[in-house]
Amino acid sequence: MEKYRIHPENGMEIGLYSIGDHLRNPLTGERISAQRRIQELIETAKLAEDAGLDVFAVGESHQPLFATQAHTVILGAIAQATNKIKIASSATVLSTADPVRVYEDFATLDLISNGRAEIVAGRGSRLGAYDLLGFDVRDYEELFEEKFELLLKLNDEERVTWQGQFRAPLNDAEVLPQPLNGSIPIWRAVGGPAASAIKAGYAGAPMTLTTLGGPSRAFIPAVQGYREAAERAGFDTKTLPITTTSLMYVAEDSKTALREYYPHLNSATIQLKGGGYPKQQFAAATDHRDALMVGSPQQIIEKILYQYEMYGHQRFLGEIDAGGVTIDQMKKNIELLATEIVPTVKKYTAKK
Amino acid sequence: MKVVGLSGANVGTKTRTAMDYTLQVAREKYPEADITLIDLAEVEMIFSDGRNYHDYEGDTKTVAETIMEADAIIIGTPTFQASIPATLKNVFDLLPVNAFRDKVVSIIVTAGTPKHYMMVEQQLKPILSYMKAHIVPTYVFIEEVDFLRKEIVNDDVLFRIDRLVEDTFIMSDTYRKIRKAKEEEYGF
Repeated sequence: MEKYRIHPENGMEIGLYSIGDHLRNPLTGERISAQRRIQELIETAKLAEDAGLDVFAVGESHQPLFATQAHTVILGAIAQATNKIKIASSATVLSTADPVRVYEDFATLDLISNGRAEIVAGRGSRLGAYDLLGFDVRDYEELFEEKFELLLKLNDEERVTWQGQFRAPLNDAEVLPQPLNGSIPIWRAVGGPAASAIKAGYAGAPMTLTTLGGPSRAFIPAVQGYREAAERAGFDTKTLPITTTSLMYVAEDSKTALREYYPHLNSATIQLKGGGYPKQQFAAATDHRDALMVGSPQQIIEKILYQYEMYGHQRFLGEIDAGGVTIDQMKKNIELLATEIVPTVKKYTAKK
Repeated sequence: MKVVGLSGANVGTKTRTAMDYTLQVAREKYPEADITLIDLAEVEMIFSDGRNYHDYEGDTKTVAETIMEADAIIIGTPTFQASIPATLKNVFDLLPVNAFRDKVVSIIVTAGTPKHYMMVEQQLKPILSYMKAHIVPTYVFIEEVDFLRKEIVNDDVLFRIDRLVEDTFIMSDTYRKIRKAKEEEYGF
């Protein structure tokens, strides 16, 4: 775990992530400018640090209704604005990027942040990046596998000799700058189905698993498949951390949380996926066995600990900014998360 | 209430003839409803490539979005090689997995032979169920012999279409009320 800067004796790490959606607030009808959205992300990262959260992550999407196309630039600003909080992507669409440039960016980010940068590399769940940047989505799997291999190699070796299908060969290339302490944590972003988790296991990379909603049990095959594949490939699973990520909204009591959050989640679902978020499914969030992190602080604690028993994961990240949630609402979420949820979760998950 | 008639063939006249009659009945009986016909013979569709339906362009985007906004869909389909035509399957492939959740879907099917009577049960309904449709159980099966020069000449078929229209509207209204009652309990 050390290699990934994870210290189980301190208990589960808890942080926030954003996919950078840039949507109207359904209650006011207002859509803030891209500039304000980006500045509020930086502001939210500062609030998260002040509240003592462990991680703040920003992901990229290259299409309308998003504002974080240049997520590394935003992460750079966050690195400068903060001192302690870990900074990660959520995720970097590696398939449509050059791994060398990605590594250069994040190594630089590691130097700016004084050793706090991490990469979460994914294939992208939206196709905007493929269209815009000129990649064929038919190469979806191979693009990622090849680039991820190279990215790990760049992290492990100072001089790299490599050859592949999607980028010019590297001949004893020195990729600079080097991160502060020689390497940075590189996670693999994984959706719910086990197939993708199993690939992360074979690669021996830490896994960031989306557990957006529905029964928490449904993600056990992904977690088990990941660990089994890692073992088969000769990795020690005790050295491989797992992060889970979920949509999150906390309020004093569950009724308030449901009432305040539903319009945002529903409108985000309509705009990004189509069809709306069924109220029946949303109402299931009040059950501690459901993965959608909406409810009172006590309910969120129960959900996280219930998942911890099943997955034994090391980090949880909440997405509190989906669907035009205001920064004032986010402030309240961060406060409740930091003061009521984090201490209890850490107490129960710290490994002595 | 938004109703979409979807004529699923890109060739031939029987399905369209049946759909024209069906929507005419619907418009007469439910003048307040917003009723649209999409005839796949009149639009230029591309094959589904897995992207989000909002990200298509032209007719493909319009067709997908019109269907997604509907409360009820009346599908008219011919029978090609003992199944639905590729044009209609393509429309399903363009949409998200739960596209028909909270929508009522009813079916009119035309075929060259009565041997295809079970096609809807075996081929079409499983797709609609998977996509979470409330399916009107009874569908209208129309054969070649029921048509003459672009008109339906079998009174039995006409009566059955009348009932299908009524069932579609009643079921849609009923599910709306059920949903409303349930959602009022949630308090969010």
